Amino acid sequence: MKYRQARWTSDVCLEPLVFELGGKGRRGTFSREKLLSDPEIPEGFIRASINLPELSEPEVVRHYTRLSQMNFGVDSGFYPLGSCTMKYNPKISEELAGLETATNIHPYQSEETVQGALELMHNLERSLAEIAGVSRVCLHPAAGAHGELLGMLLVRAHFKLKGEERTEVIVPDSAHGTNFTSAAMAGFNVVVVPSDSRGRVDIAALQEAVTKKTAALMLTNPNTLGLFEDGILEIAKIVHKAGGLLYYDGANLNGIMGKARPGDMGFDIVHFNLHKTFSTPHGGGGPGAGPVGVCKSLEEFLPAPMVEYNKKAKRYYLDYNRPYSIGKIKSFYGNFGVLVKAYTYILMMGAEGLEAVTDAAVVNANYIMRKLEELSDYEFKYPGPCKHEAVVSVEPLKTEKEVTARDVAKSLLDYGMHAPTYYFPPIVPEALMIEPTETESKEELDRFVDALKRIAEEAHTKPEKLRSSPTGTAIGRLDEVKAAREPILSWRMYKREKTKDAEAPPQEIKNDATP
Amino acid sequence: MKKLGLIVNPIAGMGGRVGLKGTDGEDVFKKALTLGAKPVAPERAANMLKKLASVKSGVTLITYPHEMGADEARVAGFKPEIIGSITSGKTSAEDTKRAVLDMVKAGVDLIAVVGGDGTMRDVYDEIKNAVPVLGVPAGVKVHSSAFSTSPEAAAETVMKFLWEELPLQEAEVMDVDEEAYRAGRLSAKLYGFVLTPYEPTLIQGMKVASLEADAEVEQQKAIAKQVVELMEPETVYFLGPGTTTRAVAEALAGEKTLLGVDVAKNGKIIAKDVNEKEILKWLDKGECVAIVSPIGGQGFILGRGNQQLSPEVLKRSGKKNIWVLATPQKLSMTPTLRVDTGDPNLDKEFKGYIRVTTGYRETRVVKIS
Repeated sequence: MKYRQARWTSDVCLEPLVFELGGKGRRGTFSREKLLSDPEIPEGFIRASINLPELSEPEVVRHYTRLSQMNFGVDSGFYPLGSCTMKYNPKISEELAGLETATNIHPYQSEETVQGALELMHNLERSLAEIAGVSRVCLHPAAGAHGELLGMLLVRAHFKLKGEERTEVIVPDSAHGTNFTSAAMAGFNVVVVPSDSRGRVDIAALQEAVTKKTAALMLTNPNTLGLFEDGILEIAKIVHKAGGLLYYDGANLNGIMGKARPGDMGFDIVHFNLHKTFSTPHGGGGPGAGPVGVCKSLEEFLPAPMVEYNKKAKRYYLDYNRPYSIGKIKSFYGNFGVLVKAYTYILMMGAEGLEAVTDAAVVNANYIMRKLEELSDYEFKYPGPCKHEAVVSVEPLKTEKEVTARDVAKSLLDYGMHAPTYYFPPIVPEALMIEPTETESKEELDRFVDALKRIAEEAHTKPEKLRSSPTGTAIGRLDEVKAAREPILSWRMYKREKTKDAEAPPQEIKNDATP
Repeated sequence: MKKLGLIVNPIAGMGGRVGLKGTDGEDVFKKALTLGAKPVAPERAANMLKKLASVKSGVTLITYPHEMGADEARVAGFKPEIIGSITSGKTSAEDTKRAVLDMVKAGVDLIAVVGGDGTMRDVYDEIKNAVPVLGVPAGVKVHSSAFSTSPEAAAETVMKFLWEELPLQEAEVMDVDEEAYRAGRLSAKLYGFVLTPYEPTLIQGMKVASLEADAEVEQQKAIAKQVVELMEPETVYFLGPGTTTRAVAEALAGEKTLLGVDVAKNGKIIAKDVNEKEILKWLDKGECVAIVSPIGGQGFILGRGNQQLSPEVLKRSGKKNIWVLATPQKLSMTPTLRVDTGDPNLDKEFKGYIRVTTGYRETRVVKIS
């Protein structure tokens, strides 16, 4: 299969911004005057003017259609972005999250009128608690890293109450960057421990690192190499013996559902990524959700409110009576729409379904690993089997042909497949982190392996082609240095860039709707 | 038009194959010849230049005559601008030094030095930090981090430096005592620091490569901030050589001798470039802490460049009073650290794990082998 992405360009760039399109007086169904005189909006709340672009409806539709054609998502093709779990998002979740009773409710309307929503959150909490083997779950965090931060704040509260001064959080060197940051943001000093020759946490180094100052160890299991931390029981013992807590980064939960539970391994705090394991849209598809589960002794610190059930009155309610809570980490109760989608997914799959998900995800990753092991240009630095993801190194191609992991990853785009994560984890040189998820069929996996095989062959015969890939996509190789140094993140910044040399100062948008 | 200086040390590397561990000194060179040593550097230079040939129309190559660069340049298809003069077949360190001075005068943007530690030391002696240099490995002793990993890699770096933007870092110029080396002892001395281009690598723990030019410098400042916060009043601190310890001195608003051990107390630098005797005197008076960082590309935290911290000093201080500083980038180059105090028993004591300060409120447990 070949791939050529649509490419819409104006004279100067790809598809212009919506602010640069349209013309004066153009509108959709309602005129600007009509909007500004909307009787439903009370006097004093209506803006004097709106600086929104003026387009007709077809102009708007065509603009977004063109953008969508230059996009690539799980609906387009294979998306093996390691650690992200880019599984297919079932449409029924979208439909149910789009129900009026889910979208048109307000967090402050009376509890009697939103019993369904509360019941959903309550049941979701119970499901997640069961999946992870924890006691209670807070649904508030809006993202994985947000859940990590909550976890670290819970750790801090725990020791504060105990009156113990514990200043250090231990993190393995293969950990996701957000782990270090979340710990630091919660005020801890970070101690990094190395991985051993099998790619697991070096137990001897861990023993050296754990002291009376240790507040917690943050671990992902399976780890970022896709390997199960088989020393986890011993690790838990070491940390608990020193009086520390164990935190589970749930990014890789897809690798163990129904097989093992973090709570049973000894983890005291578990965070979930609903946008990964539980199939809610990822990245630009919508906000995430990072619920955090805890063992019994940490329940009291969870943010308020929690959803409770009053058995006598037979109704759900929001419990704000949590005197030891660390406070609020997000407005209201979490990203509700996302919670609906995750709950739909869990209901659809059921316990057997979720276990089957893990089975398929693990089999798929190992299939790819076995197939790539046969190719000499791809190296596995650590022995398998892996769980739901495999980390391969293209160091042989780098040394022999100056073809890097980035080159290989970008070349995959020309085959209509999204690149895997590359250069992560940093302990593997020229790393490609491949997570197929359970979504893919054997044919798709074979196509992927075949593409990698061809890329490796081309590395030997025409490496320049790989270094200039991708060529069949709307955008080619990005200047990553420039993007990191001079990011343009908003309409304001964009205008400032454009009018940098002009005399006129950048126009301030009066009622800026852009974030 | 970009200007690239090229210096080839034609005799670099000739000692290695015949087991002489270097070619410093005319006697050693003569012995190497009698042992049948063949030149190594010219071929390395040619390999680097062949890779660079794709951009030869955009760069003026300035080099010395015959085997010090002109020959190799022509072989690779360049039309070099030849300056200076040498006696072909009888080149020495003096020629290297003259060459590098002439090239600085000619206004080059970068000097590619094909040779080893000895050659780099000669370059450093003459021009210090005046112009960035890049080592193309061809010598026997290549300990300095100013050297690329291969001639081909050097070509890549040259192209990136001249046309895109590559940051510069200070790279240690090491030199191994050849006599000692031949007698079976490895004793390296820290000579100084040259400026060399480097490619920003992934900083540990980040999802995206940190591409800022001063990432290493910023990280050193963070480490310095942490160290200063941990310093206790009345305790004496010995700051070993290196750019990371220098950052600590700078944080204390002091200047540091780059190659020596300086002394800090109560937030000030109170003595510079002390020797072992003076250090022992301080130890007599009270609690002291030695602050060191890995020197050279081999990861040595003790025994290379900081021999003032002798076995006696180390025994009296104790392992817990030795603080190790290193940026994550440094550690990614040498994930295991080494010690060579001179006392094998003492070395054994240091084996195991040590905590390295890698940033502000960030440490790493690192193995010492």
